[in-house]
Amino acid sequence: MTYFTDVVTLARKDLRLELRARDTFPAMLLFVISTLVIFHFALPADADEVAAQGLLWVALVFTALLGLARVWAPERESGALEGLVLAPCDRSAIWLGKATAVFVFLGAVELVALPAFGLFFAPVDAATVAGVILASIGICAVGTLLAAMAAASRTRELVLPLLFLPLAIPLVVGGVGASVSPDPGRYLAFLALYDGIFAVLCWASFEYVVSE
Amino acid sequence: MSTSSRNNHVPVLAALAAALIGVAIGFAFFVAPEDVDQGISQRIFYFHVPIALTAYSCFGWGAYKALLLLWRKDERYDLESYVAIHQGTIFGSLTLLTGSIWAKASWGHWWLWSENQLVLFLVLFLFYSAYFMLRFSIEEGPRRANISAVYALFGVVLIPVSFLAIRLAENIIHPTVFTREGPQMSGTMFLTFCIAWLAMTVLAYALYRLELLGKRLDSNLRELRELVT
Amino acid sequence: MTTAPAIEAIGLEKRYGRKRALRPLDLRVERDGFLVVTGANGSGKTTLLRLVAGLAAPTRGTLEVRAERADLGYLGHEALVYRDLTALENLDLYGRLYRVPERRERIGMLLERFGLWDARAERSSTYSRGMLQRLALCRALLHDPALLVLDEPYTALDREGAELLDRLLADLRGERTVLLSTHDPSRVEQLATARLALA
Repeated sequence: MTYFTDVVTLARKDLRLELRARDTFPAMLLFVISTLVIFHFALPADADEVAAQGLLWVALVFTALLGLARVWAPERESGALEGLVLAPCDRSAIWLGKATAVFVFLGAVELVALPAFGLFFAPVDAATVAGVILASIGICAVGTLLAAMAAASRTRELVLPLLFLPLAIPLVVGGVGASVSPDPGRYLAFLALYDGIFAVLCWASFEYVVSE
Repeated sequence: MSTSSRNNHVPVLAALAAALIGVAIGFAFFVAPEDVDQGISQRIFYFHVPIALTAYSCFGWGAYKALLLLWRKDERYDLESYVAIHQGTIFGSLTLLTGSIWAKASWGHWWLWSENQLVLFLVLFLFYSAYFMLRFSIEEGPRRANISAVYALFGVVLIPVSFLAIRLAENIIHPTVFTREGPQMSGTMFLTFCIAWLAMTVLAYALYRLELLGKRLDSNLRELRELVT
Repeated sequence: MTTAPAIEAIGLEKRYGRKRALRPLDLRVERDGFLVVTGANGSGKTTLLRLVAGLAAPTRGTLEVRAERADLGYLGHEALVYRDLTALENLDLYGRLYRVPERRERIGMLLERFGLWDARAERSSTYSRGMLQRLALCRALLHDPALLVLDEPYTALDREGAELLDRLLADLRGERTVLLSTHDPSRVEQLATARLALA
């Protein structure tokens, strides 16, 4: 059970850091609203609901990307990541703690974005909300690990979107499907499958991403 | 791995690949019967599908070497994984190219969203292109090897997941307008297909060994230079 | 009956791609020994200490460090703390991760010992370089490790800080295994039980 204690310790640390710095969360919030407004102007007048739902997912994916770009910044500043790697905790706990914190932030952003979307475009149903929750898990799990990879690169801000977007495609399919299809269960199940497979993969491989 | 010309089989492999490709082309264009419905475009199919299968094999091989790297911590596997993925990307690009030609010949469009195989390769092409961008922006060393290996493993997991996603997407996004029946292959057709598949696999392996040889020679040369100075 | 050495290396080598960071070396540090490592910049001192601390894996050769992560304290070139957290919060975080018993008391004791008690509730981003170094020392010592790996610990310390460190090292000598690298070996010459000069 010490594993989960470590995860909670680390997640709390991240929440505290963001609450203090207050830079990433407000930016994500502003970004998602701005994006939705741009989409209003980008959609033709007779666009159908499916197109609008698709745009919700584009907004979410790119907002998540914005937040993920800075997710390991506190660890980079004074080499704190090495401090965590030295600690006796499991390396995967570092990933899980961070991903959990990112999930909380993304969730908070979505709490604003979904009603905004409902206001600007079309009402949001339960299947969409379920889809958003499940997809967010995948986004946070995979995104946190990819961000750690990108952090090792010279061109980290450039490379993270390139790494993330192909892996986000199945999530977008699942999410849009859940919103639009008459049979959302299939798409929600697919999202859960994605989450399960990739969460395990991230959990097992994070150790190697931070080791030399 | 020895780089002496006595030990490596690259010339033999290259010759074998060339021969098999020649045979495959011969079979595809002259021996196999013409398909009533599709005509010449079906001939492209003899290359398009084997190339696609070879690309999958390369990615799989690259992931296997990546797994070995992470498990055994021997840096030798890093280069092997990289070269395999490099070959996979080349064959993947060829898949997109031949697929596009096939689509134009069959349906008159250079791109078809309804062709799941093509869409999958587009996603994989994006994914593996990012592999190279990632790899070349990290300094050489165990960090780069480890990260590349983990990414290669993600790729191989993405293949089935993406395929499933694309299948699911069919129903909501793009109604299937063009249908392609799975080829019911006669005996000769199947033989042609198998020859082409073998030819592509041997070609890929020959290119893999060639590139690996080249890179190892390069690295040995550098080491020698360092020892001398 | 002799106890096994705390650190043992044979043919230990580290390369980053083509760059050779540490030439092959053999090493042996007895339990509770005090090894002082010297050498010019780029000779591999930091690489060696990182290898011992487990932050990097050897390219070739063997390295055996008979201390688990929970028993190892490391001080590097960077403080390894979070800028936006206070000293207390930073040490509390590490205290939890290292499962330090009586965490609060120990943190208080260390902060006081290293003269950081008054600044304990300030964010470490406000600290001077010397204060950060002291905080890093607190972090390295927090869990009372059996093996201490200190990479140029005197860096950035003012006279008072350096004296605190002198006293600390004198206390640790013979009680813990210490591996220390420095540019100024004369300061710790008295304490060393072994010396290693890297070329």
